[in-house]
Amino acid sequence: MSDTTNEKYLLEIKDLFVQYNTDDAVVHAVNGLNLRLKSGEKLGLVGETGAGKTTLALSILQLLPKKVGQIASGSIKYKGEELIGKPDSYMLGLRGRRMSMIFQDPMTSLNPTKTVGDQILEVLQLHFPDLSKAEKDAKVDEMLQLVGIPASRKGEYPHQFSGGMKQRIVIAMALIAEPELLLADEPTTALDVTIQAQILELMRRLKDQFNSAVILITHSLGIVAEFCDNVSVIYSGHVVEHGSVEQIFGSDAKHPYTAGLINCIPDLAKDEARLKPIPGRMADPRHLPAGCCFADRCPHCMEICKTVPPRMYEKDGHQILCHLFEEKDGK
Amino acid sequence: MLIPVILSVTFILFVILSLAPGDVARMVLGQDATPEQVATLNHQMGLDRPLLVRYVRYMGNAMKFDFGRSWTGNFDVLAEFSHRLPYTLLVSVLALLFATAIGIPLGIASAIKQYSLLDYGSTFIVMLLFSMPAFWLGTMCQIFFCLTLRWLPVSGISTWKSFILPPVILGANTLASMIRMSRTSMLDVVKMDYIRTARAKGASNHDVILHHAIRNSLIPVVTQIGISFAGTIGGAVVTESIFAIPGIGTMLINAVKGRDVPVVMGTVIFITIIVGVINLVVDLICALVDPRIDLAS
Amino acid sequence: MLFGKKKKPLSEYSTGELIMFRFRKNKLAMVGVFMFLFVTIFILLAPLIRPYDLVVKQNISHKLQAPNTQYIFGTDELGRDLLARILYGGRISLFCSLAIIGIAFVIGAIIGGAAGFFGGKVDTILMRVVDMLMSVPSALLAMAIITALGNGVWKLVIALSIGQIARFARMVRSSVLTLRNMEYVEAAKCFGSSSRRIIIKHILPNGIGPIVVSATLTLGAVILSISSMGYLGLGVASPTPEWGTIISENKVNIQYYPYLGIIPGICIMLTVMSVNFIGDGLRDAFDPKTKS
Repeated sequence: MSDTTNEKYLLEIKDLFVQYNTDDAVVHAVNGLNLRLKSGEKLGLVGETGAGKTTLALSILQLLPKKVGQIASGSIKYKGEELIGKPDSYMLGLRGRRMSMIFQDPMTSLNPTKTVGDQILEVLQLHFPDLSKAEKDAKVDEMLQLVGIPASRKGEYPHQFSGGMKQRIVIAMALIAEPELLLADEPTTALDVTIQAQILELMRRLKDQFNSAVILITHSLGIVAEFCDNVSVIYSGHVVEHGSVEQIFGSDAKHPYTAGLINCIPDLAKDEARLKPIPGRMADPRHLPAGCCFADRCPHCMEICKTVPPRMYEKDGHQILCHLFEEKDGK
Repeated sequence: MLIPVILSVTFILFVILSLAPGDVARMVLGQDATPEQVATLNHQMGLDRPLLVRYVRYMGNAMKFDFGRSWTGNFDVLAEFSHRLPYTLLVSVLALLFATAIGIPLGIASAIKQYSLLDYGSTFIVMLLFSMPAFWLGTMCQIFFCLTLRWLPVSGISTWKSFILPPVILGANTLASMIRMSRTSMLDVVKMDYIRTARAKGASNHDVILHHAIRNSLIPVVTQIGISFAGTIGGAVVTESIFAIPGIGTMLINAVKGRDVPVVMGTVIFITIIVGVINLVVDLICALVDPRIDLAS
Repeated sequence: MLFGKKKKPLSEYSTGELIMFRFRKNKLAMVGVFMFLFVTIFILLAPLIRPYDLVVKQNISHKLQAPNTQYIFGTDELGRDLLARILYGGRISLFCSLAIIGIAFVIGAIIGGAAGFFGGKVDTILMRVVDMLMSVPSALLAMAIITALGNGVWKLVIALSIGQIARFARMVRSSVLTLRNMEYVEAAKCFGSSSRRIIIKHILPNGIGPIVVSATLTLGAVILSISSMGYLGLGVASPTPEWGTIISENKVNIQYYPYLGIIPGICIMLTVMSVNFIGDGLRDAFDPKTKS
């Protein structure tokens, strides 16, 4: 059974533990995270700052800071192949070609001393060395047109472009090799709202054109609702709820954290005097609690929550990691 | 842009040097000179006129490339300076080449292999060089390599070997600057987001350093070279004194000791101009290397 | 404060205390502090260790002795006690350097502060003069001033101060300008803090950091400058004892009596090194983000 299921999934992450070994303490960024992604699927990864989303993305690409970051245990399988433990040379073949990443801040993501065209060209030089120069140039031009930048500008430098255009260039770099998996780490957070919509639309078009799977990391539920098929809600380095967009937003059964997140969004229709934030802060990743990580902020916290870590309960593909749903699950 | 600065610098220097004891004529003529002789010479040299007049006369002459004659020696300031300049420049340029050719690669290598023996070693060398007086290093090396080991000539400019030790001593401080600056710059660059982007594209460590990191890390280093040059000129004085090189430095030291105002004035002005030009060139190079800098500004 | 142990959680310390704590943790910086104190105390206690007349007293029969029990650092070719000359020479090298930095700091702060604070014509005039002084390499500027004033310890101090005053003025002005406009000053004003409170609590700790660091690192350079001038015989010259003059006057003998060159050189090196350690430590303490 496991072999055929593995083949179905493009990316399969099991019980991943990632930590940062700093001078002061060990920071447990990812704690027992599980995730499965099919080819062409659009998965949203939602969580607050510090939940471990970026760490997860970097771990998939094996780009954690060398001295400090460490994958403690777990498995990351890409098309059935275990990535952890693979030599750097293997990952070099994957990065930029089969899986690529878009980072959060377009202002600093591009090399200021290289032309925009050269930076996009570099992907082709690294992964398609056999193409002729003319073919490579043509592909670069084509990609620039696709993202809405005139090809005539490819000899210019990053500082000559606006933030939104820089992000388009980054997207062009990420997609020119037609990857199977695109990791987008808060691609629109640094941009203003109107540009956000354009960038998301662009990503959707390109994703359809190349049939890439996308993991969209964000802290905005709105973006997730608009763009994604499925959602994983992350808290303190692990998934606390997973399901389709309809299940997460529509179903009555919700993880208290997800409920809190949705509640945070003020309702335009209602006349509300105060915002409803979730009180408290995420657990210190240096000293994780014994029981449920959300216990001290949860309005439904029970005694068992403080000492026993909750199990993942599942119904029709909708998974919730919470003691509240114990009765609902037959197992 | 440079011209008004030069003009004002000459004025300030002139003011400073005018504080030199008025009785230069007495110094020139000796203690036995009669008051009349002193007064005559003072008048001849124009030293009894008000400051501004003297300044204008000086600048007027300067426009005609006449910077006066030495008060203690028998030479024309500009001519002697031009005669001696090549030696000083040669040693300085060699020093710069030495410092950059060894310092920059060493600094970059230390950054790439941080915490390695190479890194600790070069940090140690930097520490030593920054704390060591150049004249001490020069003197000790001269004694060791020239007198004890007899590998190199002690002084003068007789053979090509005379130009090995002086540039090394002169360049020692710049070497330390280069190592430290390129190391720091490289370490900063490697942490930048665009390096992470390059890795995410599948660039290997080797590619990243060669094609992305080095060019960006060299930008602050070029600026540092310009700054170091001014210090190198100051250090040339010491180096020339130790190795008896007939350059600007030795002329200047004698002039200061002898309170030979025209020589000091001329020398300092010329060198300030040279340093200014070098800094302009450095700025131009920076603008060429860094596309963010607008050449027009 | 410098030597106490951490008692409260980190978030409860003031900015100043945090800086001190980080500085303490830096081993190299603490080594620098001890080395510097060691040198300074010895120099201060010079009269107790060797009376001044030993500096000038010539004892030809004892000449050129290597370090021994009677003459701890040996003697030079005139039979003078090297230890005495180094102790009193250190006074010139070290204390003059401190004086130069002190003078430059105070006057530079006044000029730079005035320029930054008042702006307008005052700023323009002051900064023009500062720019002009800074465009001349500092060694040359000092030499020009020595030419004008002649030899003498205090004249050397003045000569070397002028260049440093210009540098400090620039730095202080830039600090004042930056801080005047900092967002947190505006924020503090929004919260109703008075100007005086703003200056003391916000501007001073943040503005003074880079200046103190620069002052300390410059101190090393100034010590080297003074000894270089001494070596060349400009400003101070033999027989005045100064670490630079001592090396130059013994030059002819160093080949066969190396201690005459090694000892004063090491004194200079250790002093400058200790100052550099302190300066680097201060820089890392004030802004740990710049640590590599």
